[in-house]
Amino acid sequence: MRDGPFIDWGWIGDHLDDVETATLEHLRLTLIAVVVGFALATLLSVLAVRWRWTLAPITWVTGIVYTIPSLALFTLLVPITGLGTTLTAEIALVGYTLLILVRNFVAGIDGVPASAREAADGMGYTRWRRLVGVEIPLATPAIIAGLRIATVSTVGLVTVTSLVGLGGYGGFIKQGLQRQFATQIVLGGALSVLMALLIDLVLVGAERAVTPWRRQQRVRRVPVAAGLTDLAAGRLPDEVTLLP
Amino acid sequence: MSAFSEFVDFISTSENWWGRTGIAHRLAEHVRISGIAVTVAAVVALPPALWLGHRRRGGVLAVAAVNVGQAVPSFAIVSLALPISLRWGHGFGFWPTLVALIALALPPIFTNTYAGVVGVDPAVVQAARGMGMREGEVLRKVELPNAIPLALTGLRLSAVQVVATATLGAFVGFGCLGSFINEGFRQRDDGVLLTGAVLVALLAIATEIVFGLLQRPLTPWLSRKKDTR
Repeated sequence: MRDGPFIDWGWIGDHLDDVETATLEHLRLTLIAVVVGFALATLLSVLAVRWRWTLAPITWVTGIVYTIPSLALFTLLVPITGLGTTLTAEIALVGYTLLILVRNFVAGIDGVPASAREAADGMGYTRWRRLVGVEIPLATPAIIAGLRIATVSTVGLVTVTSLVGLGGYGGFIKQGLQRQFATQIVLGGALSVLMALLIDLVLVGAERAVTPWRRQQRVRRVPVAAGLTDLAAGRLPDEVTLLP
Repeated sequence: MSAFSEFVDFISTSENWWGRTGIAHRLAEHVRISGIAVTVAAVVALPPALWLGHRRRGGVLAVAAVNVGQAVPSFAIVSLALPISLRWGHGFGFWPTLVALIALALPPIFTNTYAGVVGVDPAVVQAARGMGMREGEVLRKVELPNAIPLALTGLRLSAVQVVATATLGAFVGFGCLGSFINEGFRQRDDGVLLTGAVLVALLAIATEIVFGLLQRPLTPWLSRKKDTR
């Protein structure tokens, strides 16, 4: 255990290069996971919406993956995909996003008002055109809510990949642990929270940009109880941004 | 695949099961510390969640608890507990791991229980008051039963997360299933590595299943409603 103050600001100032490298690495691992996870989840969700019986097995399998502790899943992959490879990290990270993303996607589609669906049918839309042109746009808030949760949890999980030779900010935490140097642990944790916060803000902005018709409703606030029921179910309610 | 056969070798050798660094002892330690952490967290989080929910106050706290719990990496919490524990003279292993696990277990229990109480239909609460129930009775006889399903969900989420994160305790010197992963990496032994990973994964899934099974007998009125329909 080092003596001296709990946070050694001088050390941080001397290692800004390392902070930059770790930031890029952390961002890279997070973005690959979220983008690939989103593409895969969209595919699975469309499958589940079109052929409803596939929803149960999809939820079941992604649910089991979600339950497996991250370190265990990374470790299970090491003998197959190698230590310190991006593939080892990404298979697990992508796997963890699926349950959240699919659940929100399907819930969003289910929440589309019947009147909108009937209007599309009345206009002669085919099933696929109705899905792409009407249902998915109306489900966008729920889909982005899922994306926000998935991204925030992925940013946190990336720190664990330092134990299988990658890590981004997790590298600081791992080193700090080995040297029992609190500054590095706090730095790694704080930067990770900061990145989660910033990406979350970007996604909130993206939601506003792609759902212009909702701006007027936004004045109305979601009651606390409804928002909390959302939270308890693992969704982020519309009006609650990260860390209010 | 050689890694797999090394794993089968390791786990089927009886010496690897017994003693202080054996599978049985580490599994027991893993379950014990998880049980203590969830119990302490429930005792600490339930009373304020029920009371604040009853008074319909503290929503911001509940939302903040979830957000902070989600954004702060559990790896950072476990790691940070070590230097703090050393500074206060509590050493390696059990104490830093336990403190980190309690901190992780609190938010899901608090928020879900709070949401369960706040989610009770205000008309039902008013009706209870109209029948002459005192505030304590309203909480105990009306709000609490209605909040139990969500409170149990909170406990389940907590327990699964705690079992998962207890694995990281191995990196602050706590002897648990994660120790096999730690040693497996250090000794470059895939058999030991996979033993840790497989057992941790199975324990987490088992925890999820056990809490899922408990939900029904603890909330019999929910399944009864379906039967009579």
